[in-house]
Amino acid sequence: MFISIPRMGDLMSTNKSTKVEVKNLTKIFGKHINKAKELSRQGKDKSEILKETGATLGVDRANFKIYNGEIFVIMGLSGSGKSTLVRMINRLIDPTDGEILIDGENLMKMDKKELREVRRKKMSMVFQSFGLLPNRTILENAEYGLEIQGVDKDTREKKAKEALETVGITGYNDEYPDQLSGGMQQRVGLARALANDPEILLMDEAFSALDPLNRTDMQDQLLDIQERLHKTIIFISHDLNEALKIGDRIMIMKDARVIQTGTPEDILTHPADEYVEEFIENVDRSKVLTAGNVMIRPMTVNIEKAGPRLTLKMMKANEVSTAYIVNAERKLLGVVDANDVIKLVREKKGDITPIIQTKVPTTEEDTPISDLMDDISQTGIPFAVINDKKQLKGIIVRGAVLGALAGNEVSDFE
Amino acid sequence: MNSLLLGSIPQIPLAHCIDNFVDWLVQFTGFFNAITNFIGSINNAFQWLFDIIPIWLFIVLVIALTYYVNRDQQNWGLLIFEFLGLLLIWNLDYWRDMTQTLTLVLTSSLIALVIGIPLGILMAKSHTAEIILKPILDFMQTMPAFVYLIPAVALFGIGMVPGIVASVIFAMPPTVRMTNMGIREVPDELIEAADSFGSTEWQKLFKVELPIAKTSLMAGVNQSMMLSLSMVVIASMIGAMGLGTKVYFAVGRNDAGNGFSAGLAIVILAIILDRLTQSLTRTRRKN
Repeated sequence: MFISIPRMGDLMSTNKSTKVEVKNLTKIFGKHINKAKELSRQGKDKSEILKETGATLGVDRANFKIYNGEIFVIMGLSGSGKSTLVRMINRLIDPTDGEILIDGENLMKMDKKELREVRRKKMSMVFQSFGLLPNRTILENAEYGLEIQGVDKDTREKKAKEALETVGITGYNDEYPDQLSGGMQQRVGLARALANDPEILLMDEAFSALDPLNRTDMQDQLLDIQERLHKTIIFISHDLNEALKIGDRIMIMKDARVIQTGTPEDILTHPADEYVEEFIENVDRSKVLTAGNVMIRPMTVNIEKAGPRLTLKMMKANEVSTAYIVNAERKLLGVVDANDVIKLVREKKGDITPIIQTKVPTTEEDTPISDLMDDISQTGIPFAVINDKKQLKGIIVRGAVLGALAGNEVSDFE
Repeated sequence: MNSLLLGSIPQIPLAHCIDNFVDWLVQFTGFFNAITNFIGSINNAFQWLFDIIPIWLFIVLVIALTYYVNRDQQNWGLLIFEFLGLLLIWNLDYWRDMTQTLTLVLTSSLIALVIGIPLGILMAKSHTAEIILKPILDFMQTMPAFVYLIPAVALFGIGMVPGIVASVIFAMPPTVRMTNMGIREVPDELIEAADSFGSTEWQKLFKVELPIAKTSLMAGVNQSMMLSLSMVVIASMIGAMGLGTKVYFAVGRNDAGNGFSAGLAIVILAIILDRLTQSLTRTRRKN
């Protein structure tokens, strides 16, 4: 007997109901819209139309379907029309032409009240710079969507707290957005969107404003949440690595037009044209991957707080044999080896300073991996990534580099 | 000696037209009487309140209010200043005049607020409204304030009410402008966030736009209050009683001593009102 275990992709293909369908969706900004439409039909491109009519082609006749429960990434450089496109899906921007069907219902035929209901119940949006209300606490921000629906205080507090827990934010309910880091703020933004329990999540460059480590964390968390909640997610990104990592399908846009739609696999193996090809080549890993892209969180010990006992306990808990010693400002002082720490504990000494090895290879966040390759293969201790203030940002372990170079993200889909 | 060119064009009877317009307005006596009564009753209510409160209690209340609005960041110097300043006004026997002036300022600021904030919101929401209102606001603010006294007397008689009306016209523009600016400066992404969650226009206004515009809105209120305070001497020329009257009389009698001491009382009142409204502007947080 041969038992095959169904994979995610197979499950989806058997259950491919359309959630969102976009037909001929067009947005032209400015005057002389009809003239611009005519020119675009003749195949003139965005810059020619701008020159001839003064009108800006935002999105030109986009056609695509988004299936239930998938992460659909719309990718393109700035000015490609991806942000305009996502804003037309909830009609923050009114299309010039075309149709948007959600569960078969035409959004373009809805009046203000019906549209409001769709926005309240069916889809929520997460913004690039978070869009949190500065005068409201974290909990009040997460409650916003429910509050405007008239949900009573107890229920909405309960749901908002659940959503905050889902994204891993607890204990900050009464803080204000500016008291939180960027990554935390975006988690609140995501929680606010999830609190409504929408079927569709629109995420506009949601992780682009975050630093590399936080971005990776958020991507992982999004995949994790998606595993549990099965939303239909429309994700806007300009970063192909991000698109390849989280997208079930990817749509590539250039100058207001859709160039290619397909699975990450499709796009990598059959790029539709030179533009896409060039795009993919740019991910040619070792060139674009920087230390910041592949670094992971190190296990750090604050020397001003910890002695040998605590250090050993933390190392055990994290299952590491090397710990990075920093001071209160996170400035890197060196590393300690587990064996040395055990020795100190046996000798009942209280200070770990004598066993710190100060010879640690370091590099900076924007150093390309290709420059580090040789050194990484030679040294035993992982590279420490530091900034100009000598603060520890992350570490690079050999496995992560090799994985990234081998195209780990890509092979996940094969 | 007019030039030939100017001589050939007849003089435009601008003054005459405006006179006619004011005369035409006067026929709506009933309407203007109603406004006079309405404004008069707000004014009288404030004055009645200030008259029944004993002076010592009034001073205590002002200090308590200041203490309360600054509770997270106490300003002891201001409290001492208020105490000494109000005692001085009492000592100089300007107390009733001070409360009359305060009444005039509070009434006109209140009216300026009630009219100005909605106008500011309208201006922020509608491009047409902005185009129409902007020159009117410029006109209201730059026309010498004395000029408002003339039609004000024709329409509202003499006394407190025309003084208040003239103050409102002169003092309202900052409230309108700052409300408009505050709402227009709300970041686009917050507006998009409010819309994307399905807020109605009113929800967006009260839950997002006004709270975020609050700081600049309150700065406008503060400015309006200071401008209406600057009108008290002018308003006294048409019978609005108070510290302004003392200054005005002192000018007539060339009496520097009394002029300055009444002027000083206005300054003390101005500083107290300014600091109080400024502390209301500061955003306060729960924790």
